[in-house]
Amino acid sequence: MSQNQLDNQSSIDKADLEKLSKEAEQEAAPSSLRIVWNEFKADKVALTAAVIIVVFILFVMIASLFINQSQAMSTNIMDSYDKPFSQFILGTDQGGRSVAKELIMGSKNSIGIAIGLTVISSTFGIVFGLVSGYFGGIVDNIMMRFYDFMMMLPILLFIIVVVTIIPSYNAITLTLILSVFYWLGTARLIRARTMSESKKDYVSASKTSGTSTFKIIFREIMPNISSLIIVDTMLSFAENIGVETTLSFLGFGLPNGTPSLGTMISNANDPNNITQYWWTWLIAAIEIIILTISISYVGQVIRRASDASQRLSDD
Amino acid sequence: MWKTVLRRVLIMIPEVIVLSVLVFLLAKAMPGDPFTGSIGPHTSAAQIHQLKVQAGLYNPWYQQYWNWVVHLFHGNLGTSFQYQEPVTRIIGERAINTVWLALFTMVLTYAIAIPMGLYAGRHQNHIGDNIIRVYTFVTMAIPPFVILLIALWIFGYVLGWAPTTGSVSATASGTMGTVLSRLQHIILPGLVASLTGTVNIVQYLRSEVIDAKHSDYVRTARSKGVPTTNVFRHHILRNSLLPIAAFAGYSITGLLGGSVVTEMIFSYPGMGLLFLNSISYRDYTVITALVLLYGLLNLLGTLLSDIILTAVDPRVRVQ
Repeated sequence: MSQNQLDNQSSIDKADLEKLSKEAEQEAAPSSLRIVWNEFKADKVALTAAVIIVVFILFVMIASLFINQSQAMSTNIMDSYDKPFSQFILGTDQGGRSVAKELIMGSKNSIGIAIGLTVISSTFGIVFGLVSGYFGGIVDNIMMRFYDFMMMLPILLFIIVVVTIIPSYNAITLTLILSVFYWLGTARLIRARTMSESKKDYVSASKTSGTSTFKIIFREIMPNISSLIIVDTMLSFAENIGVETTLSFLGFGLPNGTPSLGTMISNANDPNNITQYWWTWLIAAIEIIILTISISYVGQVIRRASDASQRLSDD
Repeated sequence: MWKTVLRRVLIMIPEVIVLSVLVFLLAKAMPGDPFTGSIGPHTSAAQIHQLKVQAGLYNPWYQQYWNWVVHLFHGNLGTSFQYQEPVTRIIGERAINTVWLALFTMVLTYAIAIPMGLYAGRHQNHIGDNIIRVYTFVTMAIPPFVILLIALWIFGYVLGWAPTTGSVSATASGTMGTVLSRLQHIILPGLVASLTGTVNIVQYLRSEVIDAKHSDYVRTARSKGVPTTNVFRHHILRNSLLPIAAFAGYSITGLLGGSVVTEMIFSYPGMGLLFLNSISYRDYTVITALVLLYGLLNLLGTLLSDIILTAVDPRVRVQ
């Protein structure tokens, strides 16, 4: 029966139908985007955090286009340890490099790596979790043995050794090396949720009616756990900023000459810097604190929005 | 129960083997050989070749691997070229420091986290709970190395309350003096490092207590007329603490991973700092031994947690 015939046979006329569907739309549960937006409107701190993140990332990405990296990273001993608000707005470090410029370049690199790492490792973790959680049984068993093995590796030590062995690397290689290790948390979370989701009736119904496994996993289960995926991705992003900066802080992150927030903070390893020349490292540290707290807070708000019992905007 | 434990140990064996192969291959990929540092400028190429043949460096990798494993079981991990001493002795000296720091951190973690978690669960949504939630949120969000560094700056340099480097000051004398000096050096890194560890325990305990408050056994106890304090102290506490005990093993893993960062920031001469120093000197025998050791300790930590969990909660027992 085509749509046309159906329309002709129904006794409801067009105007009524429009009115009815409008009413239904109003009564239906709001879309998830709408809920998240309401939640942000109800929580002004979250809104501030979101604005900080967006404005900051945009600023860093645009401002770094106007900075010549090799020029900004070249040393000029004459300007060594200039105080903030004198000749340079945020002062200079030992090599006479402008802290403000270094901060912008470093933020761009650190955030860029964190985004790349989040995209790659979360994608892998989500697929791993979905597949092992959906199939269960022997597939899950084998995959979990692999997971257990990865869990027990001393990850930080491994990464440092690998970075030391390979002769030359850049931001992209570093992101790939890190991605090998940082998908575990996501995989575990998604697997647990997929296992309980797979037992639901709609999955059994879909199986019985012959839907392909691929479609069930990625078109039916995945959309249903999307809020969990979004929240986890947000929180991983905050965590991944920590991963890269920790490595760079220890001296095994981005190669020399490529600024990173971590390398800037490692200025504090020099007792002179940490006490007298605070601007060489403290500003970068505070930036990381503000950034990671804002990102995690936005993640928390989205989590709250996805759980009806915790919403602020409903009352 | 014993069957589960046995099964769990059996699962571990292939993991250990794969780990050792991986570490061995990493070691092979590192530039240099065991004679780095001991070869003088007058050693001829033929002599070096002779030495390498004797050491079996031209054998296929599986033979070399087997040799390495045999030496491992004899406790022979090679000689550090930086210190010209057996690796086992060097690591042994540093391990004591790391163990002290880790133990102290762990005790503090539990001492801070358990009261916090119980309080937050008991007084859910009150001002104290809100403060604790802000605390866990902030501690979780900020990368640990930033917290450690800022603590070192404020308490070590600005206020001067704690020493900023070392494990025992050189002027300490006598047993009492040494112990006190050690404690003095450990207290700041231990305290700050423990904050990171508290987050999971506080959050877990809080939700456990909230769940328990609405459970049947608590309702029964209340209707019998048991005072609220006793309900919390005896009924809820005992039930909620058991799973927390299992965190102990996992926290070994976390502590070891964190030890590299903590020890570097506080210049605390433990295994983590030894690792970083060996990396910068390319002292590969020490690096290999440390990676293997950290891996094995992680494995044991997980095993410990799994065993505690099985002993405590019959539902977890593997089929």
